Amino acid sequence: MHRLRSTLAWTAVALAGAGSLAAIALARGEKVSAAWLLVAALCVYAIAYRFYSRIIAANIFALDATRATPAERLNDGRDFVPTNRWIVFGHHFAAIAGPGPLVGPTLAAQFGYLPGALWIIVGVAIGGAVQDCVILCSSLRRDGKTLGEMAKEEIGPVAGYTALVAVIGIMVILIAVLALVVVNALKSSPWGIVTLGLTIPIALFMGVYLRWLRPHRVLEASAIGLALLVVALYAGRWVAGSPSLAPIFTFDGPTIALMVIAYGWAAAVLPVWLLLAPRDYLSAFVKIGVVAALALGIVVVLPPLEMPAVTRFVDGTGPVFAGKLFPFVFITIACGAISGFHALISSGTTPKLLESEPDARLIGYGAMLMESAVAIMALIAACALTPGVYFAINAPVALLGTTAATAAEAVQQWGFVVTPDQLAQLARDVGESSILSRTGGAPSLAVGMAHLFSAALGGSGALALWYHFAIMFEALFILTTLDAGTRVGRFMLQGLLKHAWEPLGRVSWYPAVLLTSAMVVGMWGYFLYQGVIDPLGGINSLWPLFGIANQLLATVALCVGTTVIIKMGKARYAFMTVVPLCWLTVVTMTAGFLKVFSRDPKLGFLAHAELVQETLDAGLLPLGAKTVADASRIVTNDRVDAFVAAFFLASVIVILAASLREWWAVLGGRKPAVSSEVPYRPRTAFASGD
Amino acid sequence: MTPARATTHAPLSAGIARALAALRRIIGVPDYDRYVQHMHAHHPGCAVLPRDEFMRERMADRYGRPGNRCC
Repeated sequence: MHRLRSTLAWTAVALAGAGSLAAIALARGEKVSAAWLLVAALCVYAIAYRFYSRIIAANIFALDATRATPAERLNDGRDFVPTNRWIVFGHHFAAIAGPGPLVGPTLAAQFGYLPGALWIIVGVAIGGAVQDCVILCSSLRRDGKTLGEMAKEEIGPVAGYTALVAVIGIMVILIAVLALVVVNALKSSPWGIVTLGLTIPIALFMGVYLRWLRPHRVLEASAIGLALLVVALYAGRWVAGSPSLAPIFTFDGPTIALMVIAYGWAAAVLPVWLLLAPRDYLSAFVKIGVVAALALGIVVVLPPLEMPAVTRFVDGTGPVFAGKLFPFVFITIACGAISGFHALISSGTTPKLLESEPDARLIGYGAMLMESAVAIMALIAACALTPGVYFAINAPVALLGTTAATAAEAVQQWGFVVTPDQLAQLARDVGESSILSRTGGAPSLAVGMAHLFSAALGGSGALALWYHFAIMFEALFILTTLDAGTRVGRFMLQGLLKHAWEPLGRVSWYPAVLLTSAMVVGMWGYFLYQGVIDPLGGINSLWPLFGIANQLLATVALCVGTTVIIKMGKARYAFMTVVPLCWLTVVTMTAGFLKVFSRDPKLGFLAHAELVQETLDAGLLPLGAKTVADASRIVTNDRVDAFVAAFFLASVIVILAASLREWWAVLGGRKPAVSSEVPYRPRTAFASGD
Repeated sequence: MTPARATTHAPLSAGIARALAALRRIIGVPDYDRYVQHMHAHHPGCAVLPRDEFMRERMADRYGRPGNRCC
């Protein structure tokens, strides 16, 4: 009876999911409600969790509730602490979900809602969630080893070094592109800059409060911090409305980029308790709150999707970023579908907290499904905007011109309807002087969210407040990633440099700290600055690089996962990681190859460098460059970008070759299939916690 | 989870305290009480770090390696 009921229930879920997908895919000419997209996604998630993740939990790893986890065996009360599964779930989710799943889907909306939605839903079920779960289980069985350590031990030293380099590369590009998103959201926006600027003293105040005023009262300090964020929001509005103050806080892109670079350096050098930790607490609260509010807004409003299912830009002529649907939608949306970065978290803090082995399914697979749901919501928020408005916000200056009239004309030429008045009105509604060419995804997402929130919670008068609230929280996430990333990058660099000169490795010797921090900041600062002065907006070239880097790391993770599975003697289930691995390899190689070698100057870095050089040689200035020096800089930047992309490609080939060799050896019987798992030990403690 | 409830006299305030503790753990605050408990239970002779030092050590660890923050 129970069995029958369960079969019926799952059949109903399957039918609801299939029906919703059909409704989305078959609707032509009329607007589709976001409800279909949500229902389709949730049904697929439920089925994938119930049936597909079972293969990992039961067939591959045979997760065993009687087996002691590292948290129990190595419990030290600090690093290894057995923790309730829902707490680990929340902690893991807060660690994996950042600005990535919000920005990627927003950018990919230029292809229409269908390609992005399908990739997010299918990609997470057979790719991202599998990767996270397999790496978590592998690390769980190896005392919480990191991805780099596992790559080295399971595949070989070459793979280990590739993983290390991939991590450094991805961090530099990730921080640069996220910082660029912030800069683009804040340029010429006194409200935005004041609000975000005030979050720094707020975090400092919390740091001081926690250190001296009321030590260790984190929740109390966070509550005060959150209240002060609201004050900062209103302070920004007040400054933006003041004719004498507003110009003082109006900065152009390059100036803000320099401020962000200076901030990144300071944050990496200051003690963590003062800035990093309190900002992190604040950001975690805001993150959870905003995800919940976004879900609520979408469910209450159920907006129709204004964007067509598929736009004409699938042919590669899109203004937001260059390149055809294949492979670029799969590069643009990484977080939300599959994100290699997660493998670092799944093999970092999380495996040291699990109380019981079967929890790994909920946390590894389940938390990634939840991130995917966030990505779907971001896609809905972007596609609920009028397409004309979406493109006016996300297309670069070089294509739109600088006035509402030229922008409206350009957008109309692409086949979308928008008038200069509408654009000017929207800018007034959200309290900005202009919303044109605010590339990077954050502003259009903020406009989408502001519409949802004001429709669900408050009248249109609140649009400007909601818009800046959304900008503030996105920027808050990003700065948290930026300063934590810079700091980690500094430690990694110090670890490398100490081989050259020992004192450079000392983590509390100020000259070394200042120098290595400056080097890390210099690396991402270079890419940030070149992006800011790029007439095509920077996102155009940097976001694909970030996507390729992230998918490279996913390739490493899936290679490690496959090796682990094969060495366990479970080669017949290796398809779980091999299928996403093959897909990612094809996608990454194609995208990387196109970015480096395509003859289309909009797409290929080298072709673009050549075009600019030819224009210069002909005695002309290329589009968007004001001086000859600007133009030569564009040429150099293109070549650096081409080099970075080629380097990532070479890394993919290296890691694949090393893995294939290992698999052949094991499968061909030349190497014994020995699992490096820590042997079974029964659990002793069953109560939560101690 | 259940033993904590059994030993308390005011289930509501204990519930709130537990919820707050969970919230703290989710946002990544190191759990000092748990650490002290652990030290008393498993290493009775060993010196227990004072709260400040414990917090400093945990934070240095948290922000010293990749794997606690994502995109």
